[in-house]
Amino acid sequence: MNQPPAGFELHTDSSPTSATLSLYGSWVDADVVPAFPQLRAQLAAVDADELRLDCTELGDWNTLLMSFLLRCASYCTERGITLNTEALPENARRLLSIATSVPAHNRKEAASLPWWQLRSPSKALRELLDDLRESLAFFGDICIALGALIAGKANTRFADFRTFCYQSGPDAFAIISLTSVLVGMILGYLGAVQLQQFGAGIYVADLVTIGLLREMGPLMTAIVMAGRTGAAYAAQLGTMQANEEIDAVRTLGVSPIEFLVVPRVLALLVTMPLLTIYANLLGIVGGGIVAGGMGISMLQYTSQAGLAVSLAHIGVGLLKSVVFAVLIAIAGCRSGIQSGRNSAGVGRAATEAVVTALVYLIVADASINILFQHLGI
Amino acid sequence: MAAAEREVHIEVRDLTMAFGSNVIQRELSFPVYRGDIFVIMGGSGCGKSTLLKHMLGLLEPAAGEILFSGTSFTRASASARDVMRRSWGITYQSGGLFGAMTLEQNVGLPLQLYTDYTATQIKDVVRYKLSLVGLGGFESYYPAEISGGMNKRAALARAIALDPQILFFDEPSAGLDPISSRLLDDLILQLTESIGATVVMVTHELPSIFAIANNSVYLDASTRTMIGYGDPKQLREQSEEAVVRQFLTRSAAAGEAE
Repeated sequence: MNQPPAGFELHTDSSPTSATLSLYGSWVDADVVPAFPQLRAQLAAVDADELRLDCTELGDWNTLLMSFLLRCASYCTERGITLNTEALPENARRLLSIATSVPAHNRKEAASLPWWQLRSPSKALRELLDDLRESLAFFGDICIALGALIAGKANTRFADFRTFCYQSGPDAFAIISLTSVLVGMILGYLGAVQLQQFGAGIYVADLVTIGLLREMGPLMTAIVMAGRTGAAYAAQLGTMQANEEIDAVRTLGVSPIEFLVVPRVLALLVTMPLLTIYANLLGIVGGGIVAGGMGISMLQYTSQAGLAVSLAHIGVGLLKSVVFAVLIAIAGCRSGIQSGRNSAGVGRAATEAVVTALVYLIVADASINILFQHLGI
Repeated sequence: MAAAEREVHIEVRDLTMAFGSNVIQRELSFPVYRGDIFVIMGGSGCGKSTLLKHMLGLLEPAAGEILFSGTSFTRASASARDVMRRSWGITYQSGGLFGAMTLEQNVGLPLQLYTDYTATQIKDVVRYKLSLVGLGGFESYYPAEISGGMNKRAALARAIALDPQILFFDEPSAGLDPISSRLLDDLILQLTESIGATVVMVTHELPSIFAIANNSVYLDASTRTMIGYGDPKQLREQSEEAVVRQFLTRSAAAGEAE
């Protein structure tokens, strides 16, 4: 039963035009099966028109023999040598003939830069500008669709809107509660350490309240929602793109913007300001916990916080939350609709949605702050 | 060949499939012999794909068991199941190729995981497997870059990467034009004959069934059990159940509840 290890031998026959390749041993074990380049080196030296296989000594064989033979066959085709496979076992001969029945496809490789080479800066800039332009165009499409909605001509389903409101509103309470209480406490500690040095500990209430209302409340809510809802929108729409559902919507004569994007944008527009108010309240409570730890009584804290609240602060915060809602929805929906049509594409779309949304959020927040600074609001 | 001479490769024994209290099929018992091309047939919604998923161990039976070469798969431990699964090749309805990997990586993955082949050997074997399904030279393509029929063939190449003893197909020709589907049938037939594998296939493409199957089971949706077993060509002529004959002759009444 013991078969010798796999090997081959190439002899030139008596007639100068043909050569014989003897295969022997057991072609099963990956460690001992010879590699094709060994044979190629020998074949290159032989000048024959026909290569005959001899398998009298061949033992067990598996795929490894077949892949060796396939390379041998394609080498022979290249050199114009006829490969005579008559001596092969029946199965092997049949498999080889199936494998060689379709000529190999030749891919025309697109010239691509090696990974370490940077893209040209001008091209990167052009891509960035294109991206911005597309985002603006997408925003324009949404505005047109909203106009159609107001005119009562849009194909937007109220049921969708309700579902998305629920998903982006009540479903997000838990995580918003946690983050906003903690952010309130962080603001409280930050202020407490500094203000107590001046004996102005009571102003922690002002810092927490104004800080939350104008800045941290809307921003933290938006960041959480970008990760939660923006990514979900991108994944939903990306999967619909992969399943050809968006094509189906288009061919039904319905605008995907009206049917898919508008309900999502509207839902975020409704829930984000509400969530922001909720986050502000809980954040002020969180700050109160810290203030209590510093020896400021509940009454002092609430009355001081009450003094700090003004309509302008609340208004600025709510305006920001509305702007952020639109930006998150645009980033999520646009990535989703433009997603690739496979699982990798959907993953990329979700990542892109969150990254774009975060960039938009920070830039928008800074711009609004600078604007209001100059306007004195 | 008489049934008694042939070796039983897969045996389904008293299998009842259910989702909760909703019974899909009850008391299925049949053998699949080594080298068979076995088709699971039946009208829509009768539980064909569910039966296949039970055989693959993706779903657990409500009662009964499935044996491979005499060993119970249903009662095997998770690690024993993994070992048994290594001798199977499976192609899913929509291919199931990994979209983020090239064809070469897709077909090479099982080889990397379960063989001690070197990188060059894997490359050669992948080339050979892809050539077998007529996709030689498509190594660097992603599944999204090739057509649906090519995807199915590439999935077949991945399924035969480890020279399986059993090949499972879920609707191999669904969504293919008649010519591609015929070519795929021929390929399956030639390949499995040459490799010597047993094939289990879910399909309701009659041309495929008659072209390649030599054994089959018919699942009935209304009585919720099997009402036919044997060579589909014989079932078409001799089945005692009118529903089975109607299904195989494509009569209008087939598949409707009586």
